[in-house]
Amino acid sequence: MSNNPNNWPLWEIFIQSKRGLEHKHVGSLHAADPQMAIENARDVYTRRQEGQSIWVVPAGAISSSQPEDAAMLFDPADDKTYRHPTFYTMPEGAKYI
Amino acid sequence: MSQQEALFTYCLRQADDLLILSHRLSEWCGHGPVLEEDIALTNRALDHIGEARNLLTYAGLVEGKGRTEDDLAFLRAERQFVNTKLVEQPNGDYAFTIVRSFLFDAYHLPLAEALTKSSDAQLAAIAGKAVKEAQYHLRHSSDWLKRFGDGTEESHRRAQAALDGMWTFTGELFVQDDLHQGLVKAGVAPDLIAIKASFDAAIDNVLAEATLKRPVDGFMASGGRQGKHGENMGFILAEMQYLQRAYPGAKW
Repeated sequence: MSNNPNNWPLWEIFIQSKRGLEHKHVGSLHAADPQMAIENARDVYTRRQEGQSIWVVPAGAISSSQPEDAAMLFDPADDKTYRHPTFYTMPEGAKYI
Repeated sequence: MSQQEALFTYCLRQADDLLILSHRLSEWCGHGPVLEEDIALTNRALDHIGEARNLLTYAGLVEGKGRTEDDLAFLRAERQFVNTKLVEQPNGDYAFTIVRSFLFDAYHLPLAEALTKSSDAQLAAIAGKAVKEAQYHLRHSSDWLKRFGDGTEESHRRAQAALDGMWTFTGELFVQDDLHQGLVKAGVAPDLIAIKASFDAAIDNVLAEATLKRPVDGFMASGGRQGKHGENMGFILAEMQYLQRAYPGAKW
């Protein structure tokens, strides 16, 4: 993070395409505060009807897992088929569960 | 002047305001202070062009001489444009650009809202679409003006200078000549006194929050509506109309 006070903080932007669905991460932008971040996100990330709801999160508030830990965190789930609901039949017409 | 000619001119007045303002905003493309504002301004310019296109197409229809939106936009001479002088003003620094848009937005939103009730169905439809865009435009320019006014010493100084410099161009927005009054009687155009009241309320509201001083009404520039523009207009049209005039009938 630069020490220049004139730099606007970075925000991660999430757009929800339809009511009820999840907000998807679409990118990031700079803004001075949440209000400006929402307006900038509207201008930059919803030009082509991408969605109808915007979440803005300061990038610094997001913690992520480290790539070096990927094997330790995710490989053990590979061979545990009993955790998958494979013996459950999907109800007719249900698109999202 | 017939009702038809009056309606034609009225459409041109609105369309020309939007077309010239959108051209000014497009001059920022690639030169915005930050990426997000570059996109915001060009989005605005596209919104304005969209409404101008609707109005110019309708104007051509009303005139009944077969002129298309392109003919009207790119082949009219300077004296035939009837935009106000406000929208011709140069971009200046970012405060000037924001103030110019703010003054226009505070006029354009109540105008569009009033036009949704016009006795002319097409004007009402065009206005209906414009209202939502205008709401966002006013929010965007108001927010920026508040940030500039209630910001640093430099941003406050520049914002006040822009306001003081641009105030003389606000009077022309609300002049009701005989042509306009005839259209008001026919229920086509709204009475601009009501529009000015909304304009004043919005201005006072935002300036108070921006800690900026509302300039005192002095001499008000005029002539744009009669085709008598300032020295900026020639340069604007030279750029805007260059392609169509150099390659008549060119198509993408």
